[in-house]
Formats: sequence, C-alpha cells, structure tokens
Amino acid sequence: MRPVSYSRVADVGTAIGTVSADPESAFLAGGTTQVDLMRIYVEQPHRLVDISDLPLNQVEELPGGGLRLGGLARMSDVAQEPAVVRRYPMVAEALLLGASPQLRNMATVAGNLMQRVRCSYFRDVAAGCNKRTPGTGCSALDGVNRGHAVLGTSDCCIATHPSDVAVALVALDAVVQTEGPAGRRSIPIDDFFLLPGQTPEQEHPLTHGELVTGIDLPPLPVAATSRYVKIRDRESYEFALASVAVAMSVAGGRIAEIRLALGGVATKPWRARAAERVLDGAPATIEAFTRAAEAELAPAVPHGMNAFKIELARRTMVRALEEMAQREGTA
Amino acid sequence: MSPAIGGTLNRVDGRFKVRGESRYSAEVPVTNLAHAVIVNAKIASGRITAIDTSEAERAEGVLAVLTHLNLGRVATVPRLLPSLAGLAAPGQTFFPMQDDLVHYGGQPVAVVVADTIERADHAGTLIRIEYETTPATTLLDQARDRAYVPERIFGGLLPGHSSRGDVAKALAEAEVCVDATYRFAPNHHNPIEPSASTAVWEDVDRLTVYDSTQGPNAVQFTLAELLGRPPISIRVVSHAVGGSFGSKAMVWHHPALAALAARHVGRPVRLVLSREQMFTSCGHREEQEQQITLGARADGRITALRHHKLSLTSPFDDWAEPSLQSPSVAYTSPHYEGVYHLVRGNTITPTFTRAPGEATGMFALECAMDELAERIGIDPLELRLRNYSATDPESGKPWSSSGLTECYQRAAELFGWRDRDPRPRSRRDGQWLIGSGMASALYPVTQPVNPQRSRARLYNDGTAVIEAGVSEFGTGVFTAMTQVAADGLGIPVERVRFVGGSSDLPNVTAAVGSAGTSAVGSAVHLAATQLRDELIRRAVADDHSPLRDADPANVEVHDGKMVLRDRPDVGETYADLMHRTFVPDVEVLGTWNPPPQDVGYGVHTFGAQLAEVAVDADLGVVRVRRMVGVFAPGRVLNRKTAHSQLMGGMLWGLGQALLEATRMDPRLGRWANASLGDYLVPVNADAPDVVVDTIEVHDEVVNPLGMKGVGEIGVVGAAAAIANAVYHATGRRQYELPITLEKLL
Ligand SMILES: Cc1cc2nc3c(=O)[nH]c(=O)nc-3n(C[C@H](O)[C@H](O)[C@H](O)COP(=O)(O)OP(=O)(O)OC[C@H]3O[C@@H](n4cnc5c(N)ncnc54)[C@H](O)[C@@H]3O)c2cc1C
Ligand code: SF4
Repeated sequence: MRPVSYSRVADVGTAIGTVSADPESAFLAGGTTQVDLMRIYVEQPHRLVDISDLPLNQVEELPGGGLRLGGLARMSDVAQEPAVVRRYPMVAEALLLGASPQLRNMATVAGNLMQRVRCSYFRDVAAGCNKRTPGTGCSALDGVNRGHAVLGTSDCCIATHPSDVAVALVALDAVVQTEGPAGRRSIPIDDFFLLPGQTPEQEHPLTHGELVTGIDLPPLPVAATSRYVKIRDRESYEFALASVAVAMSVAGGRIAEIRLALGGVATKPWRARAAERVLDGAPATIEAFTRAAEAELAPAVPHGMNAFKIELARRTMVRALEEMAQREGTA
Repeated sequence: MSPAIGGTLNRVDGRFKVRGESRYSAEVPVTNLAHAVIVNAKIASGRITAIDTSEAERAEGVLAVLTHLNLGRVATVPRLLPSLAGLAAPGQTFFPMQDDLVHYGGQPVAVVVADTIERADHAGTLIRIEYETTPATTLLDQARDRAYVPERIFGGLLPGHSSRGDVAKALAEAEVCVDATYRFAPNHHNPIEPSASTAVWEDVDRLTVYDSTQGPNAVQFTLAELLGRPPISIRVVSHAVGGSFGSKAMVWHHPALAALAARHVGRPVRLVLSREQMFTSCGHREEQEQQITLGARADGRITALRHHKLSLTSPFDDWAEPSLQSPSVAYTSPHYEGVYHLVRGNTITPTFTRAPGEATGMFALECAMDELAERIGIDPLELRLRNYSATDPESGKPWSSSGLTECYQRAAELFGWRDRDPRPRSRRDGQWLIGSGMASALYPVTQPVNPQRSRARLYNDGTAVIEAGVSEFGTGVFTAMTQVAADGLGIPVERVRFVGGSSDLPNVTAAVGSAGTSAVGSAVHLAATQLRDELIRRAVADDHSPLRDADPANVEVHDGKMVLRDRPDVGETYADLMHRTFVPDVEVLGTWNPPPQDVGYGVHTFGAQLAEVAVDADLGVVRVRRMVGVFAPGRVLNRKTAHSQLMGGMLWGLGQALLEATRMDPRLGRWANASLGDYLVPVNADAPDVVVDTIEVHDEVVNPLGMKGVGEIGVVGAAAAIANAVYHATGRRQYELPITLEKLL
C-alpha cells in the first residue's frame, strides 16, 4: 500500500472541506472497498478521511411518509430496520443477500452505492483498463468476462455494476442526498449511476469531496409487496450473475403497478423500463412476463463467456414476476 | 482404562486455535525483524531487458532490493521429487532470479526487504522492469499438437504409460462401449493461511526458518542443497500451519528467498505470500482433459479400459498428477491402457492438490461407469458390484484389505438408495429437479521410503513426551499421536504430550499422500511400546519389584501400572519403579521401517460416495442436498478428527464439482481470478447434510497399526457422485468441471 495519512472527522463540514481541498484524498467509511483497492494499488490516495463518526447513520421517517437511510448506516443495521423490512422488503432482502455478515457489519449504504466494479482487469494494475486508466483499452472485451454486463455496455467498458441494494433503490426511484463544497443536492438515483459510454472512469455525477449524506426512499405502498431475487453460483458471499428487484400489485388479474430493475447484468443498476411498459396493465400471466423480459433484453449484447446471462436474466425476470404474482395470490 | 485409539479425543491444539494462541510462521516473535515481499513477473514468457530499482531503493524503510543481478547463485537446484520420498523436495526443478529469463507469469523477479511489510510491498511497485516478451502457451488448446508422452512423470516415480493385455482388440470385441472425454479447470488450494517463512541467521552457519510446511525435514534438506550448507546448519520449525491441501507439500521458493534476503540484510526476515501470490507460487492442479473408453459385456462386466490424459506442465518438469493410478485398479478389467500426454507451457510446475490425480481420474471413470450402467440398464451400484475385483487387477495379488462392498452397502442403506427410480428427470420438488448419483472412491496407500522415527521419554512421575518432526496443518495429527502414544505406553492421554513441528526432532517424512498419520503413527507406536517394554524389562529384573522374575510377555500396563495379566493385583506403577531406582526418565527411539514397495498385496483405500442434488429447472442452479460417504480407511485412530477430515474432503469434492476454477487469460498469461472473491470455494451455506461413516477393516500389511489414511479419500468420487446426480436430475451429462449454471440453462 502506498503511504497514506489518516484522519478522523467529527462533522460534515470538516469532512467535505478536508477532502475537497485535497485532490489526492478520499472518504473512508467501512473501508471494505476503499482499503481493498488501496492494497492492490488501484486506488492510491495520499490521505484518508474517516467519516465513520459523522452523525449520518440513522434510518429516519421523512415528512411525506418516506424513509431516509443515513449515508453511513451499516448494511446490516438497515437490513434489520423494521420500517425497511415492512415497507420496502426488497431493500432489506438485497442487503442481506449481499457480501457476508462480517462485511455487512462494516459496510455503509453510501459506500455500497460508491463501490467500484469487480472486473478482474480493473483490479489488476498491469492489465489495460479504460475505467482505471483511461485510454489503456478494455481487457475484458475479449477476456475472462463471465461476470460482465450485457446491458448498457460500450466498446470502452463492459463491467457490471456490483451493488445489490442499488438495484432495489433504482426500482423504487430513491433519491440520493449529497452535500458538497457547492452545497446540498438531491440526485434521482437513476441519474446517480452513469453509463460507461466513452468515459467509463466517470461513474457518478459527484464532485470531488461531495458526500452522500443519505438515501431517500419515497412513500410507495406497492413497495410493501416487493422482493429481490439473486442468482449466483454459490449460495452466499458472491455477487449476482443476475438479479431482479420487483414491486408489483395486481388487481382483477391485471398488473396495477409494477417496478422492476435488474442487477448483475448491466453496467449500472438497471431500471427495466421496457419491461415495465409491457407489464403495465397487462394480465399477470407467464406470457406477459416472458414478453416483458424479452423486450427488456432485446438490446442486450453478449461478449463471449457472458452470453448465457441474456437467457439467465430473462428467466430470472420471469421467475421473480411469477413468484411475486403467486404471492399476490392472483396468478 | 479404555483405549484412546478409536475414541473421539478433542483436538489437543483446539483451545489454542480458538483462542488465537497458536503461533503461525508469520507470527513467531523475532526481534529486529525485517519484511520481504516478492515481486512477480507480469509476463508469461520472455526476458528482462532492463530493471531499474533506484526509486524502490530510495523509498522509505527499504533495506535492500534483490534481483537476478545481485541475488547471487544458489549452490544447486535440486530436482523435483515428491516430499514423501523424505529427501529434498522442491516443487519444481527451477530456482528463480538466477538469470533474466521469465518462464511463467508470477515468477519471482525481485525481492524487496524493508522495515515493514507495507513499505516493502509499496517499494516493489516502484521497480521498473522492461521485458522482451515471447509467445506464451498457457492453455491446452494452444498446444495440443505439441503433446508428447513422457517416459516417467511425478518426479520420476511413475511411468508415463502402462498397459496390460490387448486393449484395442478387447475394445473392438466389446458388446458395449462408452467413450467420453472430460475436461477439468485448473484448481488452486487456497488454505486459510498463506505460506510464510521467517528466516533467522543465528550466525553465518546457523539458520532457523519458521516455515508453513507439511514437512519440516523436506524444507531443511531442500534449503541445505539450495544454500550449499550441511543439514546441521539448518533448522526448520513449523509450530502451527493453517491448512495446506497440497500447497505446502513441496518446498517452493519463498523459504530460500527469505533465507537469502536475511543473509543479505543481516537481519531476520519474514516473507509472507499475499493471497494473490498463493495462485502463482505453490503450484496448482493443472488444466487437463481425460478420455475414458470402457468396453464391457452385455451383462456389464468390464473387459477393457483405456484411459488417456492430456495436461499442461511446466518447462522444467514432466509433471502430471497421477490420475490414472486408482482408476486402473478400481475394477476388473483384463485389458488396460493408460497414457499420460503432456504439453509444455508457461506455468509453474503443477503440484499435489486435494487427492492429486484421484480427484480427476476417478471423476472420469465414475462418470463413464454411470453411462455404462445406463446403457446396460442396470443400477449403477449393481454395476460396481459386478465389477468388484477381489484382487489388484494390475498385479493379480489380493488386497491387503478392502471393505469396498461393505462401503457400498452401508452407504446405500444410509442414503436410501434402493428406492431410487433410475429414470432421469423422474423426481421434482417445485422448481427443483431432484437426482441422485453415486461413485466409488479409491486412493492408493502410499508408503514412505525412509525409516520413520519418534522419540518417547517417560518421566518418573508417569508423564511422557513423544516427539517426531511432523507438522500439524489442521489434520489432527498431534491429537492422534497423543492417543497412539497413550495406548502404547498404557497411560491416559492427559499424561502424554506430543511435540512436533521441527527438523531437530526425529525425522519423519512430510505428511503427504494421506500417509502422514500412518507414517508418524507407526513410529510413535513403536517408540511408545518399546518404551513400555523397556520399563517392563527393568521391573522384572529388579529384585525389589513385585514383578520380579515375571515373564515380560505376561505383563501389561493399565493406567501407568505394570501388572501381571492373570493377576492384576500384582504389579507397580512406572513411577514407583523409577523413583525406587533413582531414574529421572527413560527414553527410547522408535524406528519404523516401511514395508518394501512390493509387499505381495495390492494396497488401496476404498469408499463409496452418494449424493442428492436439486437443479433449478429453469435457472440451472445446482444445490447439493445430501451427501453420504462411507470409507474403509483401515484403523480409525480418532473418529471425530477422521470424520471431520472425510467430511472436509467431501465438501472439497463439492467445490470441485460445482465451483472451483482458476481462469487463465491467455493474452496476459496470468490467472484472471486470483482472489478468494473470484475463485469460489464452497461456503457454509453450500454445505448440505453430510453423513460420514467408516468401515473398519483390519489390515496387517500396511503398517503396525493397520491405518490407511483419511486425508484425501473423502474428496475422491464426490464430484462424480454429484455429476451423476445432476444427470439423473436433468438428463444432461456433464463432461466439464466445474458444472456451472450456464451448462444447464
Ligand atoms: C468480498 C466482498 C464481497 C462483496 N459482495 C457484495 C455483494 O454481494 N453485493 C453488494 O452489493 N456488495 C458486495 N460487496 C461490496 C460491499 O457491499 C461494499 O464494499 C461496501 O458496501 C462499501 O461500503 P464501505 O462503507 O465499506 O465503503 P468504503 O470502502 O469505505 O468506501 C467505498 C467508496 O465510497 C466512498 N464513500 C464512502 N462513503 C461515502 C459517502 N458517504 N459519500 C461519498 N463517498 C463515499 C469512498 O471514498 C470509497 O471510494 C462485497 C465486498 C467484498 C469485499
Ligand atoms: S470492463 Fe471496464 S473495468 Fe473491466 S477492463 Fe474493461 S474498462 Fe476496465
């Protein structure tokens, strides 16, 4: 690890001030991504500003009936929060299906949104990688890319966004609250994650030193009937090969409300709008689910080893919708 | 006092482990310690044209930067020889940093020594290396046409090809034939403790190395040759080792590099491999492909077996894990041909990995057997019984012991195999297709070559210390040795302390090939019983002993008291005798001379594996629901640790079947998933309901205690049972490991 200085800050202003004043500094929350990447020289800040003591670790009710997850709330705490479990079960499920208990006890939800991709070439400083070192090419395009994305890719980068909970948050239209040198901002979560395009090094619209203070979950009755389905090789402690966050209500055999997002297959947490359009008002049948999944995956692009993900994602969507519909007792 | 052997004594090192008090090789307290970090080649083939270490040398805390330009030459590069042989045992016939050539990705090209490991590691990234690269071969598919048949493999210990009868003719005449090719991804060991060496020169001619190894003596002898010093100047200590699975069975480069670095900086040096370096520094199970051709009569009797293996080896050695050995003797097959084909590639020499050879060879055979059973229309277990060989098919000699048919029977009972509907896709549980499969397990009984020694010393309070140079890498050997010594001496286990883990102790071979416990156990047994006999001899010769003039053969020892067999009230304790005769302690050295290679018997360990899987009908996800393994490992010293070993082996088999694969990027010549986040091993959530049982077969041939070893047989056949169960569940045969979900979509 490159030599690094470390300080702990107690208030938001100092945190933002310290990091924004020094381009070679970084926030340190749970450290499960940050320290990991420093140990392999992918990130080499000179200064770490530990924000663990900031008073941003609560889950609070919002005036209009929503919920605010503090940016520094631990994954394990949020997953157990009764209001989250009851009103947004897919958020709790996505958190619990991520990482391992030890990691979830350390990791924060803001850190989770900010985590970097798991592409092995990104992590191998001797390999070409446009995201890590712009202009060095994408080794994954013709490489070991079984885990890579089929949606939202570009010829510059095909790395999958790794977060689970972000998939649920995207389905819910959560809003990311930030505070930076230029003040506070509310960023709709879908805008918070950028497609790689020709600039895969830019993953978020944040400026250097801008802090994620919280994540707002809007009041959304349909979210109470939601779930998160995650498919992977081993039963625990692995990123998704494909995942689906779904919230759905059915009335008279027809889908009254639908929110759907995909994980494990796209370069950002993927709101499945094409599928939602097919499903909105459609009968809650396997045929409709299949049509929806196919519509969503129509633009998918395979890259060698990951070709199976298109079919896997399709089937996982159908499975999640089917189970949701069965639970609703209407299919 | 009931015997300790066969009981369930808790691990004697257990409390230290769970309290974090066990000292691993990277934790031994040493003053004035410096830290070394290896820098690895980023290319797979070529030459270093320039190396600039100036910035690294200037970095804070750096004491030295060693490269091929200033490391100095090693005295000799010993030839690869499996550590079971009891001699120097380098993992490959090569030592790095002797010239500017790069033969494989991850080859050490520099060593940085600094005051902290972080500074050494950072300075390593400041070294500028320029390479001239040459085309590299890192995948079988790149060089099939360059395959050759080696005369011998495995450090020269095994033939590269063998045959009996006329296999071509027998296959041509066979009524039923199964011909299938199986592919295996490379596997890495991934023990929890990365390898580490701490090297301390006490003076110019006294080196102590604390090393994580399966064989302290093997490290001592290897270092002696590399450093050009007599064995008396080198002491290797291995207090606690955090698992190995074969990665610490041979001696790789890090202990010697630590010793050379320590000499260079004049300070003790600790060298710990990173997790990533564990993928390039200690060998692995090679990428391979195996073709099985089975010929049989219509009733299922096998008439011919042809088994060819193609695998990747290094530029230095003709290494293949011996996949053909156990399959060649698993069943009656009068006509046989087994051939290893090797391709040289840019890789470190592959090495022992969890049932090396058997894990892959028996997978191929047992999957082919499943196909044969289906082709003939009989139960797979019945097919095995029809082909059971009461003698070693290779030599025609009887087995020293077998127990295989009992294993089948017991496993079938425990599993409920009889109720099985043989039709594929015949069982369903909601979205899950359910299937069951079976396989035989075979593992050779390997014997050390050199004499195995142990020292036993009894003190005049009736307690005993037993010593041998074996290391404890998680198998429970110290616990089992405590039991063997206690029974041999006739004292309770609480009065025995087993000491191992140092080359200063009586020499035993490295604990490899599932032979560690039986090799050292035989020596411990002889030491303990000879010490007992010595005390009995003294008692019957002593005028003041109640046993005076008794026939030693009529004296036995219970709870430390020597008594007449037919009059247990007559006798005295060891302690009484020793106190009366002013003897503080009595000590003997027990030496076990292993039997010759040809003992007049076939020697193998047998078992049966059954598995039930659930396969998601739409998503292809495979989850193992139940595993039953029944094994006949001869005498079981400790049911608890033995069953744990076997269960661990079965779970590794699950990993081999479904998860484990190291993926090579041929453009870079490097592994693309060298981390525990990307190389998947089973986690607790993957572990099914596992039932382990043992059939204790009596064996007087293998060694004095009749042990055949439990270290690896648990792995063998587990993956085949799972693959056969996947077929039964889905109707789709699996020819490639691991069976990942895309193969079932
Ligand atoms: C082995 C392993 C397996 C994992 N498996 C999964 C999985 O299955 N699913 C999943 O979703 N995740 C998984 N993770 C990722 C894990 O959830 C993230 O590492 C974690 O959530 C990051 O949170 P942290 O608090 O540790 O962040 P840090 O590591 O402290 O920070 C991560 C990044 O975010 C920045 N940052 C942190 N907090 C803020 C803030 N408030 N505002 C602005 N920037 C900030 C940091 O500067 C840094 O760049 C896994 C991680 C590992 C190591
Ligand atoms: S996929 Fe993206 S992260 Fe991976 S190598 Fe290509 S550019 Fe880098």
